[in-house]
Amino acid sequence: MISRRKFLKNAALGIAGMSIPLAALEIIDPKKLFAEVAADKAAVRWAFLVDTYKCVGCGMCVKACKLENEIPYDANVTRTWVERYVLTKTGKLYADTPKGARDGFTTAKIDENADGIKDISKEGIEKAFFVPKLCNQCDNPPCVQVCPVGATYQAPDGVVLVDRTWCIGCGYCIMGCPYGVRFFHPVYHTAEKCNFCYHRITKGLKTACVQACPFGARQIGNIKDPNDPVTITMRTQRVGVLKSEYGTKPQVYYIGLDEEVR
Amino acid sequence: MKNHVLRPLFVVLGMVALILIARMFIVPRDFGIGDRGYMYGWHRRGNEEDWKKFKVKYMGKEYCKDCHTDKYDSINKTPHHIIPCEDCHGPAGTPEGIVHYDEKLPKLPIDKSRAQCLRCHFPLPYPTSFRSKIRGIDPDKHNPDIECSTCHNPHNPMEGLR
Repeated sequence: MISRRKFLKNAALGIAGMSIPLAALEIIDPKKLFAEVAADKAAVRWAFLVDTYKCVGCGMCVKACKLENEIPYDANVTRTWVERYVLTKTGKLYADTPKGARDGFTTAKIDENADGIKDISKEGIEKAFFVPKLCNQCDNPPCVQVCPVGATYQAPDGVVLVDRTWCIGCGYCIMGCPYGVRFFHPVYHTAEKCNFCYHRITKGLKTACVQACPFGARQIGNIKDPNDPVTITMRTQRVGVLKSEYGTKPQVYYIGLDEEVR
Repeated sequence: MKNHVLRPLFVVLGMVALILIARMFIVPRDFGIGDRGYMYGWHRRGNEEDWKKFKVKYMGKEYCKDCHTDKYDSINKTPHHIIPCEDCHGPAGTPEGIVHYDEKLPKLPIDKSRAQCLRCHFPLPYPTSFRSKIRGIDPDKHNPDIECSTCHNPHNPMEGLR
C-alpha cells in the first residue's frame, strides 16, 4: 500500500519531469552550431525594389521578360506584369492590366473585363499610377511548402525556383501563392514563375526587366551587401511590401505603395 | 503461428523492400534538403545549375556600343538615351544561344510601329506617375496611318522633323 507522503512526492516529481521540454535535454553539438552560423553568412540574398512614381506603364519590362524567359508571346500568361490603378474623385477604383501590359497602356480606357470598358475623364481622376508586379521571392514561400514532390524550392540566395523535370503539374503552388504570380507554362505544362532571371543575376547581369526599363522604376540588388543601392534605398526611404499580413515576408519592396494596391 | 497468418505479412514486407529498391534508382543522387531545410529546401540540387545554364537574350546597351558607335553616341545626347537599344530592336540573342553579330542570325527586326512609340507617348495625365510628365500625342488626330519615324528620328527626337 502506497503511503500518502510517497504518493504526493512521486506525483510532484512526475509533474516536474513532464514539464521539462525535450529541447532542454538536447546536447548542443559545437560543429552543428558553427555550421548554422556559417550557413547564415550566405553572401547573397536577392531582393527587388519598385518605384511606382517612376513607372510610366510602357510595358517594356513585360515584353523583355517574355522574350528572355521564353514564355509564349501571345499566350495570356506572363511572369511579370504591370497594373494600372485609377482612383476617381467620387471614390471609385478602377484597375486593369491588358495582356499583362505586354504592349503598354496606349489608351485612357480601362478594361474592367466583365464590367466592360470604362472611360474616365481627365478631370474625374483623383490619383492614378502604375504598379509592376512579379514574384516576391518570399522568405516564407507558401508555394514551396505545398509542393508534394519537392519540385519547387528556395535556393540559398533566396530565389524560389521550379524544377521542370520534377514538377508533376498538380497546381497546388499556383493555388497557394497569395500574389497570383504562378501559372502553368503552356509548352512544358509545369508550374512557372518569375525567378529574378536566375541565369542572369548569377552571372552578374541585371534581370531582363530591370535592364529594359528606361525609367529606372525597377531595381534588383543583394540586401546582404550594405553598399548595394537597393539596400541603401531600403534603409533610408519609406518602402512597403504587398500583403504583409500573410506572413510570407515578401522580398519585393515598393516605393509609393498605396492601400488600394493588392 | 499458422502460415496463412504470416503470408500477408511477407507480401507486405516484400512490397516495402521493392519500393525501397525502386526508390534508390528513381530518386536522383543529388536530391535532398538544401540549405533552407526540409520545408523550403527539399529539391534536386542539380536544378540550380540547370537554371543558370539558361540562355541570355538581352545583351544590354554596352554590347551594341563597339560596332554601332555612331548610333550609340548620337542617342546618348538626347532624352531617348534612357531607352536601351533592344527595347525597339529586339533581343540580340536567340533561345538557341546565337547572338546578333553571329552571321547565322539575320538582321534584328526593328519595331517601328506607332504602338511602340505610344507606349510612352500616349498622353495619360496621371498625377503621381511620371507618365504625366512625358509629352504625348492623340494618335487618332496626329497623322494617323503613318509611322512616327517617317518624320521623327527616334535616335534624335529633338533635332526637328525629317
